[in-house]
Amino acid sequence: MILAEHYPVLIIVISMLSAFTILIAGWLNKKTCLPISLATIFVQLLLAFSILHHVVITREPIHYWLGGWAPPWGIEYVVDAFNAYVLVIVLFICLLTVIYAKRSIEKELPRKIVSFYVVFQLLVTGLCGITVTGDVFNLYVFLEIASLAAYALIAAAGGRSLKASYNYVIMGSIGACFYLLGAGFLYSVTGSLNMADLSYLLPPLYENKVVQAAFVFFVVGISIKMALFPLHVWQPDAYTYAPSAVSVIIAAAMSKVSIYAFIRIFFSVFTTDFIHIYVPITDVLSWIAAIAILVGSVIAIMQTNLKRMLAYSSVSQIGYIVLGVALFSTHWGLYGALIHILNHAITKGCLFMVAGAIIYRTGLRSIKDFEGLGKKMPYTCAAFTLAALSMIGVPPTVGFITKLCLVLASLEAVEYVYVAVILASTLLNLVYFWRVIERMYFVRKEGAGENEHAIKKEEAPVSMVVPALILGLLCVIVGILWLAGAETPLLPIVEQAVNGLGVGAAP
Amino acid sequence: MTEGLIVSSYTPLLAILCPATASILILLSSKRPNVRESWTIIAGILQFSLIASMIPTVLDKKVVQCLLFPQTMLEGIAFGFKVDAFGLIFALTASFLWILVSFYSIGYMRALKEHAQTRYYFCFAIAIFGAIGVAMSANLLSMFIFFEILTVSTYPLVIHDQTPEALSAGRKYFAYLLTAGVFLLFAIMMTYYLTGTTDFTGGGIKALAELGSAHKTALIILFFCFLLGFMKAAWMPFHSWLPTAMIAPTPVSALLHAVAVVKAGVFGIVRIVCYIYGVDLMASLGLGLALACIAGFTMIVANLFAIAQDNLKRRLAYSTINQLSYIILGAALLTSNGIRGAMIHIPFHGFMKITLFLCAGAIMVVTGKKNISEMGGVGKTMPVTMLAFTITAFGMCGIPPACGFISKWFLCLGTLQAHEIVFLFVLLIASLLDVVYFFPIIHTAFFKQPEGEVKEMEVKEAPLFMLIPLSITAIFSVLFLLDFILGLNVISMYFYRLVEVALGNVV
Repeated sequence: MILAEHYPVLIIVISMLSAFTILIAGWLNKKTCLPISLATIFVQLLLAFSILHHVVITREPIHYWLGGWAPPWGIEYVVDAFNAYVLVIVLFICLLTVIYAKRSIEKELPRKIVSFYVVFQLLVTGLCGITVTGDVFNLYVFLEIASLAAYALIAAAGGRSLKASYNYVIMGSIGACFYLLGAGFLYSVTGSLNMADLSYLLPPLYENKVVQAAFVFFVVGISIKMALFPLHVWQPDAYTYAPSAVSVIIAAAMSKVSIYAFIRIFFSVFTTDFIHIYVPITDVLSWIAAIAILVGSVIAIMQTNLKRMLAYSSVSQIGYIVLGVALFSTHWGLYGALIHILNHAITKGCLFMVAGAIIYRTGLRSIKDFEGLGKKMPYTCAAFTLAALSMIGVPPTVGFITKLCLVLASLEAVEYVYVAVILASTLLNLVYFWRVIERMYFVRKEGAGENEHAIKKEEAPVSMVVPALILGLLCVIVGILWLAGAETPLLPIVEQAVNGLGVGAAP
Repeated sequence: MTEGLIVSSYTPLLAILCPATASILILLSSKRPNVRESWTIIAGILQFSLIASMIPTVLDKKVVQCLLFPQTMLEGIAFGFKVDAFGLIFALTASFLWILVSFYSIGYMRALKEHAQTRYYFCFAIAIFGAIGVAMSANLLSMFIFFEILTVSTYPLVIHDQTPEALSAGRKYFAYLLTAGVFLLFAIMMTYYLTGTTDFTGGGIKALAELGSAHKTALIILFFCFLLGFMKAAWMPFHSWLPTAMIAPTPVSALLHAVAVVKAGVFGIVRIVCYIYGVDLMASLGLGLALACIAGFTMIVANLFAIAQDNLKRRLAYSTINQLSYIILGAALLTSNGIRGAMIHIPFHGFMKITLFLCAGAIMVVTGKKNISEMGGVGKTMPVTMLAFTITAFGMCGIPPACGFISKWFLCLGTLQAHEIVFLFVLLIASLLDVVYFFPIIHTAFFKQPEGEVKEMEVKEAPLFMLIPLSITAIFSVLFLLDFILGLNVISMYFYRLVEVALGNVV
């Protein structure tokens, strides 16, 4: 499979070329935007699948030297099981989002259709780039491509989203600067930017303060990008005021890519030894994560706007992943984190899609107005219910699997506080998600007691409902697949990914 | 369940698929009520036959096994079903009563012209799916999954009325039962962490018993976590969700809150006592006595509460709380007779209590009366219903001709066997209190005149759909006693022999 070696770069090149093609084609005819974008992302997804397949079968990462320049001088793309796993998740979400976006964008951004697809495709390029690259500086470049595209997409809605986007620009740029400083520090002491090379060169320099400072810069920089509490302040506004389709992509895919970068820097540039001995950050991180889980949920309970509630819920969910990462020394910690990357992507993707579909059809944003929605939009609400059950962690949904892993990891680390936090968060999630479900299905509108049958079915467009429903069903199906363990391909992929990060204790 | 031969068979899977398939078919045929209800009936009969077909194998001291995932993501834990004698007792009870209650539901729901009947039958089928799953689970993790499904699926049934009171009852229901789920999950994960397995093993998990002396405190705490996890058993002081949940339609209260949900709770406690901890470990940790104290306290206090209730369903709810603690007490005595009494009381109490609830529902449908004080003369207008009520109320008090006598007899023997004379008195006092609150109902119904002007009394019974099921359950309660004397076993669904087989593994 010589060809598979070229797939990582193909994914990027196709995507970038497609962005320009959309611009030109869309300028000629608006209707060509969607097919081109759809076809591109579909091909990308196929490529990602074959990369994943290749990596899993051969158990060897794919290395691609850009322009034939050997690393550490040239840029190298390295794809192992972890990248491939994240890549497939991100592209799958992107594919569903682009289908979902069609009607949503036509209504919300009628004058900006062409530019939406162009910028969207650039965002996809950035996300894929972050995932495939094996070069610290190249990662920064793609991070900026993705972020700039996201700033633009959020601002596209106009009005209050401008302020949200502006906040994001400021915070995101600070994050990017921190990241760049980290990369620069490392370059100044090692003269290399290649991740594999760095992890080879760094160990003798671990006591060097510059290296340690670089690590802290990386951590803080990426934490801003992935909205880890207390650096999340840009995130709720951005998620709330962005156009529906954009909320889906940044909440489900972009945050996952930031987490990918976080884990990659943690374990592939630095090593577990470094974290254990020189910068004992895991305790701090796990406490921050625990607080994030609780605070995110508590603030979510106080929200009245559905999208804003989901945004705060994301703050708490990012806490889950970081907690898993911080507990990497236990068997289940990193498993939990990687498993939750997929779980959260499908769950939150579904929830934001539903929020968008409700806005599309009824214009309702506030939870208190949702009475009777269960009858009006049955399929949308069914998708919401599935995803909400998953957030609460009712078995056999994906949320339950995450809970299982993290509880086991905390038990193994003998940290009963985290066990309590995870379990308490279940109940907090219950409070704010069940409130919505109760409104949708069970609370009767005042004075409408007898006219219950009068509620007409007014479902959102098929192109919006089907992606949401697919993700909703996946919440259950993937949960069962995780549970089935080694009999399905999912868990072995994660196992290989964990081993590839050099943390895999034998199960 | 290490003892005995294991027979692999798909029967448990097929049995559990019956209600699952039915639930989907019910949704699909929501527009045609007769077709919809016939799915429930067909699935019920099919399921019962499948479960009954396992009786000969299990009586042969074999275990019917059907592992869906022999190796889940957690090493050493399978996901699937293992039907042993004890599980079969519960499965037989629940599946048989489902058929009867389905007929009753048809009568009840149509007579009252209830709304949202499709949702009702759908959730009912899912709830049975959960209950049977709990009965047949091979280990704690599988059981937990069905446990949570049971909790979530019964919520829409509890709040069926959708009035503000119903909704707040639903919140209370969830607050209790999902908090319990959190404790249960913790306890299960802790067990897994300590022993590496969660399989139900006759006589207890050996690895747990080996920890006995070294980790005494940990095991005691773990046991109380389990106990909190089984809040479904409504032991005091965590019982108040049960009377509140009586706001549900009567068939729901009958099957779910007298049989499926609460029995799943006590079933779980017996599983923990006999199959996870084991009788010996329980005794050496002194947990048997602690559990017996909780049960004894609940029995007395619940009965005192029951006396004060005027609403018939609420009185029956407190009676359920009391009777459930009989089962807990039986298990807590840790003697063969005590456990025999506990196991046999699960089906017997199911049959008797369901009759009482069905009678309460029949009275409500015919006369619209919910309070005992208004029920003067009901015995004359509804003779069959009140006869059934009287017989089973006798059974509740432990008086022949209903089968409650047998279980109480064994429980009393159990206390003597355990040399716990105190609990013998507790049992007898509780039985006396049973009499105190059941006899006024009978007295009012038969010997008091209805309030207001006395008209010519006409016999006006509930529709046959309701009358026949409640007569059948009442007849069965008598037949069980008859069968005990005659030793035929066939008419009592082999309950006695199944209990003996189960006991053989445990003590």
